[in-house]
Amino acid sequence: MITWPNFVSQLFNGLASGALLALISCGLTIIYGTLGVLNLAHGAMFMLGGYAGYVAFQATGSYVVAVAFGALFLVVVGAVIERVVIRQFYDRPPEDQILVTFGIGIVIVELVRLGFGSLTKTVPPPSWAAGVTPMGFLIYPTYRIVVLAIAAAALAALYIVLYRTRLGMIVRAGIEDSGMVGMLGINVYRVFMLVFGVGAMAAGFAGIVNAPVVSLTPDLGESILVQTFVVVVIGGVGSFPGAILGGLIAGEILSLTSMVNPAYSEVMLFVVMTLVLLLRPQGLLGLKGRA
Amino acid sequence: MSALLEVESLNSYYGDSHILFDVSLTVGRNEVVALLGRNGAGKSTTLKSLIGAVRPRSGRITFDGTATQHLPPYAIAGLGMQLVPEERRIFGSLNVEENLVLAGLTAKSRWPLERIYSMFPRLQERRRSRGTDLSGGEQQMLAIARALVRDPKIVLLDEPFEGLAPIIVRDLLGICRQLAEAGQTIVVVEQNIQAAMTLADRVYIIDKGHIVEELTAAGVRARPEVLHRYLGV
Repeated sequence: MITWPNFVSQLFNGLASGALLALISCGLTIIYGTLGVLNLAHGAMFMLGGYAGYVAFQATGSYVVAVAFGALFLVVVGAVIERVVIRQFYDRPPEDQILVTFGIGIVIVELVRLGFGSLTKTVPPPSWAAGVTPMGFLIYPTYRIVVLAIAAAALAALYIVLYRTRLGMIVRAGIEDSGMVGMLGINVYRVFMLVFGVGAMAAGFAGIVNAPVVSLTPDLGESILVQTFVVVVIGGVGSFPGAILGGLIAGEILSLTSMVNPAYSEVMLFVVMTLVLLLRPQGLLGLKGRA
Repeated sequence: MSALLEVESLNSYYGDSHILFDVSLTVGRNEVVALLGRNGAGKSTTLKSLIGAVRPRSGRITFDGTATQHLPPYAIAGLGMQLVPEERRIFGSLNVEENLVLAGLTAKSRWPLERIYSMFPRLQERRRSRGTDLSGGEQQMLAIARALVRDPKIVLLDEPFEGLAPIIVRDLLGICRQLAEAGQTIVVVEQNIQAAMTLADRVYIIDKGHIVEELTAAGVRARPEVLHRYLGV
């Protein structure tokens, strides 16, 4: 039986998880847009961010340190992976690139399993965000509101970097035509390394912020990866606003469908993706004709 | 004085197909050199090989005293070479001014935007317009301006007048002539032979990937049959 408070509560859940999905998808879309590499290790990076935060939390007991460490750790992991592995694959066919990122994902997942086992780990929400908040006719978990606020702040920060800084200008130009950026005297490989680091950070940051909501397992990233692809297809490949819109739409679809029948929530996601592909193949906010 | 650009026995490929065969040419300082040839003769590939966008398989390129045949495009651009590509490749999601600022970011010396805008007043009017909203002529102006921002030692122009209205061609040609008179070294590839010949001091004719003739502008006027033989004009 669907009640009014239940519906509104699910709407909020969808917003919070949608904002996180948007953040992860921004990472995927700027990596794909700039480097032309579809990062199938993106889900593993989301998971790794959660575990990095878990380790930092165990060591310090501080939520803020856990989030900061999870994010920074993934910048480094992303930059190193780009420099050492991905860079060898820019001149290779897309199937090679997909295979190598898929392989990197497997390696990360199995290393985490080796180190932490398959049993779930939990990170508690910070004490100031534990419990529930009364919101009129419904009570709502405080931490989910915090998740929404943090994800929105992170997206805003990413927006400012992309649209208000010189680095962002280079990245936006690189998403369109990285070859031309190189011919203008800019070392695109350095930009690629940074973009891969920032993209991985977006996933890892979302992973640690999401950790108190779920239980950490090494396989956590698999379903997220699939959802993230759907978000990017719905929003338009390489489009930052598209990733945000797609993330929010996907979050609401998953949340509202699971209220009726959880088994159908991912199916509905694919239904919407199919509709977008049929009616607007470049995605809701994607540019036409972009490769 | 040594030439600004010396190319010796350059061989370039696209995948397995051999495009350039032992191409050799020189460009002196303050010189305008035209590279003429039919469609598919290897003109664009020559320019792309010079800037490093196509990596030559063999041969030597010496630009301003540095061997550049193994360098990536950003490093060659850093030495003072700029390519204005045939497809213009304006960043459509960036506005006019952002396109210009981006180009100048890593330049050792750069033209102030005022100097660009006094040469291209149209770009100043449209400075806040996104690249996708520009007309073909405006895009070509921006592509040339974007190269000039970096105060390059040499500019490679790939079909700069292609597909533009005659009045725009006349304007752009005027600007190119103005640049040449100010001593800008230019290599121009152009189907529009008339336009190219009003700029060029010297001409190379390329046919099926081979340089087949080297002529001065006066030589071309004296032997128009050469153009006819290789270019069908």
